[in-house]
Amino acid sequence: MEIERHEYDVVVIGAGGAGLRAAIEARQQGKRTAIVCKSLFGKAHTVMAEGGAAAAMGNVNSADNWMVHFRDTIRGGKFLNNWRMAELHAKEAPDRVWELEAWGALFDRTKDGKISQRNFGGHEYPRLAHVGDRTGLELIRTLQQRVVALQQEDEKLHGDAEAYIRVFAECTITELLKEGSAEDSPISGAFGYWRETGRLVCFDAPAVVLATGGIGKSYTVTSNSWEYTGDGHALALLAGAKLINMEFIQFHPTGMVWPPSVRGILVTESVRGDGGVLRNSEGKRFMFDYIPEVFKDKYATTEEEGDRWYNDQANNRRPPELLPRDEVARAINSEVKAGRDSPHGGVFLDVSTRLPAAEIVKRLPSMHHQFKELADVDITAEPMEVGPTCHYVMGGVEVDADTGASSVPGLFAAGEVSGGMHGSNRLGGNSLSDLLVFGRRAGAGAAEYIDGLAARPVTAEETLKNAEIEAMAPLARTGGENPYEVHHELQRTMNELVGIIRKPEEVKEALEVVEKLKERAANAGAPGGRIYNPGWHLAIDLRNMLLVSECVARAALIREESRGGHTRDDFPGMSAEWRRKLLRCGVTPDGEVVVEEKQQPPMRDDLIKLFDRAELSKYVTADELADFDALVKES
Amino acid sequence: MSYKANFRIWRGEGGEGKLEDFVVEVNEGEVVLDVIHRLQATQTPDLAVRWNCKAGKCGSCSMEINGRPKLGCMTRMSTFTEDETITVTPMRAFPVIKDLVTDVSFNYQKAREIPSFTPPDNVQPGEYRMQQIDVERSQEFRKCIECFMCNNVCHVIRDHEENKAAFAGPRFLMRIAELDMHPYDVADRKDSAQEEHGLGYCNIPKCCTEVCPEHIKITDNALIPMKERVVDRKYDPLVWLGNKIFKRSSSTGSKTG
Ligand SMILES: Cc1cc2nc3c(=O)[nH]c(=O)nc-3n(C[C@H](O)[C@H](O)[C@H](O)COP(=O)(O)OP(=O)(O)OC[C@H]3O[C@@H](n4cnc5c(N)ncnc54)[C@H](O)[C@@H]3O)c2cc1C
Ligand code: SF4
Ligand code: SF4
Ligand code: FES
Repeated sequence: MEIERHEYDVVVIGAGGAGLRAAIEARQQGKRTAIVCKSLFGKAHTVMAEGGAAAAMGNVNSADNWMVHFRDTIRGGKFLNNWRMAELHAKEAPDRVWELEAWGALFDRTKDGKISQRNFGGHEYPRLAHVGDRTGLELIRTLQQRVVALQQEDEKLHGDAEAYIRVFAECTITELLKEGSAEDSPISGAFGYWRETGRLVCFDAPAVVLATGGIGKSYTVTSNSWEYTGDGHALALLAGAKLINMEFIQFHPTGMVWPPSVRGILVTESVRGDGGVLRNSEGKRFMFDYIPEVFKDKYATTEEEGDRWYNDQANNRRPPELLPRDEVARAINSEVKAGRDSPHGGVFLDVSTRLPAAEIVKRLPSMHHQFKELADVDITAEPMEVGPTCHYVMGGVEVDADTGASSVPGLFAAGEVSGGMHGSNRLGGNSLSDLLVFGRRAGAGAAEYIDGLAARPVTAEETLKNAEIEAMAPLARTGGENPYEVHHELQRTMNELVGIIRKPEEVKEALEVVEKLKERAANAGAPGGRIYNPGWHLAIDLRNMLLVSECVARAALIREESRGGHTRDDFPGMSAEWRRKLLRCGVTPDGEVVVEEKQQPPMRDDLIKLFDRAELSKYVTADELADFDALVKES
Repeated sequence: MSYKANFRIWRGEGGEGKLEDFVVEVNEGEVVLDVIHRLQATQTPDLAVRWNCKAGKCGSCSMEINGRPKLGCMTRMSTFTEDETITVTPMRAFPVIKDLVTDVSFNYQKAREIPSFTPPDNVQPGEYRMQQIDVERSQEFRKCIECFMCNNVCHVIRDHEENKAAFAGPRFLMRIAELDMHPYDVADRKDSAQEEHGLGYCNIPKCCTEVCPEHIKITDNALIPMKERVVDRKYDPLVWLGNKIFKRSSSTGSKTG
C-alpha cells in the first residue's frame, strides 16, 4: 500500500498545551513544524482543565515569588521532584502566562486590572491564573489562535499558510522511526494513520517532540478521555527511551460518583479553593482527622480557624480540605471504607452552605452546569457526592530539564507525558504552567538539536515495513478478540488491583492478568473498513495501554514505601532511603519491561537552603541532614 | 432501572448511507453518547462518532438527535420516553465522512480567514491592565467550545452550499465581535465583517443562539451589536469621509510607487 510522506524539521505529537507551545516555539525559531493529533484541532485534553495555571505573579498576594512556588511544588511532590525542573517551572511560569495575554487570552481580573489568582491545594498563596472554571479552554484556544496567527503571517510572507506550521488533525502516530535499532540511534521520523481515511502516513523528521498527555484510560474510574491511552509513554519506551516515576498516579479526590455513566468526571478543586468543605455521612468535616505529621504546623486544627483563613490568610492556617491531593484522596477512601459514605459510595462536598447562590454560579459556572445537566443536582442548594478518580500520571519520559531531551537523540518530551517535574504528586494548577514552560523548552531544545546535526538521519525501509504490518494487522484479523472487551478487562484490573492502595499480592495478580491480556490483544480483530473505524483504532491502542500498565504495576511492586501517588498497604510510611531513588523503566529489544533503580542527584545548595532544617528532617536521611548542617555552617 | 431502547442511527460513508435500527440497553443516568458507546462495544465496533470530554467541554460530540442539533454527551436518556425511537444523524450542514462523523474543515478554514488578535506595539507582556467589566463581553464569546452547531443550524449555509464561500457563520462572526470588543485589539474589523465575512447575510432569526450548548447569546450580544457598529460607521459622515480619503490615497500610492 502506498504510504503518504511528509518532510519536516520537527514533528510534534500532540496538540494540547505542551504540544502547541512546543510547535509555536519551533516555528518561531524558523523550523518547519508539523503538529499531529488524534482529535480535531482544539479538542485535546487540555481543554478540560478547569481550575487554573499556577504562576507566582504575586498579583493577589505580593509576598508570592518563585521561591515560595518552588517550595510548594517540592513539598507537594514529597521531595522526589526533579528539582531543576521545579526551579525552571517556578521561575518561568509568570512569563509564560503573560505571554498568553499578549496572544489574546482574557483571564479574570483583579480590582487593579491585573490577572486574578485563586487559591488551590498545596499553594501557599493565591496563585492560579484562571477564567472561571474553564481555564484549559482559554489556554488551548489562545495557543490554537496563536498557531493560526503564525499561519497568517506565513501566508503573507510565503503565499502558503502551511509553509512553516501545519496541523495534521485526526491522525494517530503508532511508531517512532529511527535510523537504526540501537538504543542510542537517532530519531528519523514518525509513522501513523489518518483516522478519517485509514491511509498510512510517514513523517520524515530529525526531531520529534512527544506531547501526548497521560494514561488514565487504563482505569475504569477516570477523569481522562479516550485519547489517554499512554501512546507517548509507549512510543518512547519502544524507541529506547526510559520512563521514570510510573508508580506515581494521581487520584483526584473529587470525581463525580453518580450517576454511573459519569463516574469519574472531575469536580474541580476550585470548589474547595473557593470555600467548599468535605463531610462524611455523619455530617463531620473529617479532613481535620487526616492532617499528616509533615504538614501539622501548616493547616488549621479547628473549623473556626479554617474558615477565617479565606478572608485573613496572614493570621490563620488553611483548612485541611486544601491539603495536597494524595492526602485528601486517601482520606476519602478511608471514610468510605469505614462505612461513613454518602448514598452512592462517596462523601459530600458542599459549597451551597458556604457561598451565596449567585456567587457559586459566577465562580463555578461549569460545575453548576455539569451537576445540573448530568446528575440533577443543584450545587447552589445541595451538596455534591464525590470520590477519588484516576486523574494524572506523574511518571513519564525521563528528560533533561533544560531542553526536554530524552536519552534517545532527537526525541523530546513535554507536558504530562514527561516525568520528574511533579515528583510523587502534582499540585493542582502546576500542570497547565508545566505545559507552557516545558513545551517552550522542548520546542527550543528540538530546534537547537537540529542546528547541531550534520545530516538528517534516514529511516531504514524495513522499519517502515514493520510499522505498516503492525498497524494493518487488526483489520485483517476477522473473528479476532473484541478489543473493547480486552480494554474493559484491563481497566477493571488496574482499577481494582493497582489503585489508590496497593497490596503486593494484588499487584502481582494484576501483572499476571496483563500478561494474559497481551496475548489476547495480539489477537484483537476489527471488523469493518479503514475509514474512521474506532474498533481498529482501539485494537492498536491496546499495545500502548498494556505496556504502560505493566510499567505502573512493576514499579509499584518494587517501591516499598508510601509517598504521594503511591500507597503501599504493607509499607504505610515514607522512607528517606527510597526518596533518593527513582525507578526507571525500559524495554528490551524483545519487548520485555525492565525496571532499574537510579540515584536521584542531590538538590543544588542554594535550592536546598530555601527549606528549614525541621522540615527537611522529616524527609531526608541522617547523612543528608548532616550535609545540610555543614552547608549552613559554611555560609 | 434498565430497559431496551430503540435507536435509529444513520450509517454510511462517502455520501451514501441509510438509517439503521438497533435495540440497545439503557441504564439509569445515561446520556445518548453512553448508548452509542454500548453499541460500539457490543454490536457495531466500527460505528464512527467523535467525543472527548464526555462533559460538554470540548464540543466534539455534536450530532442531530431527533432532528435537533445536540451534544451527545449532554443529552440525557431520561428526556425521552422508554418506547420512543431515538433517531441520531450527523450534522447536516457538513459533508459526512462516516456515520456520525462529519467533515468540519469549513470551520477551520473560516477561522484562518479572520485576522488575529492585534495588540498595540508598545504594550509588553505583563503590562496589560484591564477591568473585569471590560473583558466580560469578550469572555462570554470565549466560552465557545467550537461544537459548530450554530454554524450547522444557520439557514444561510445549512441548505445553501453556495453561500459558504462568502459567509463565516455565527461562530466566526462572533469571533470578530469578540476581537472587536477586546480592550487591547487595535485592528479595524467593522468593514471586513460586513464585506469579507458576510455579516450582512445574517437576518437574525436567532436559530444559532437557540442551539448553543454554552448558552452564549450569539445574536443579541455579538451579531446585533456588531451590525450596529457597522451601521454607525457607514452612516457617520466623518467616518465615511475618512474612509474615502484613506482608501484613495493608499491606492494612488500603490500605483505611483
Ligand atoms: C478534567 C481535568 C481537569 C484538569 N484541571 C487542571 C487544572 O485546573 N490545572 C492544571 O494545571 N491541570 C489540570 N488538569 C491536568 C491537565 O489538564 C493535563 O495534565 C494537561 O492538559 C495535559 O496536557 P498535555 O499538553 O500534556 O496533553 P493533552 O492536552 O492531553 O494533549 C495530548 C495530545 O496528544 C495527542 N496524542 C496522544 N496520543 C497520540 C498519538 N498516538 N498520535 C497523535 N497524537 C496523539 C492527543 O490527540 C492530544 O492532542 C486537568 C485534567 C483533567 C482531566
Ligand atoms: S441569527 Fe444570523 S448567524 Fe445566527 S443562525 Fe440566524 S442567520 Fe445565522
Ligand atoms: S458559539 Fe455555541 S453553538 Fe457555536 S460553536 Fe460555539 S459553543 Fe457551539
Ligand atoms: S464529548 Fe466533549 S462535548 Fe461531548
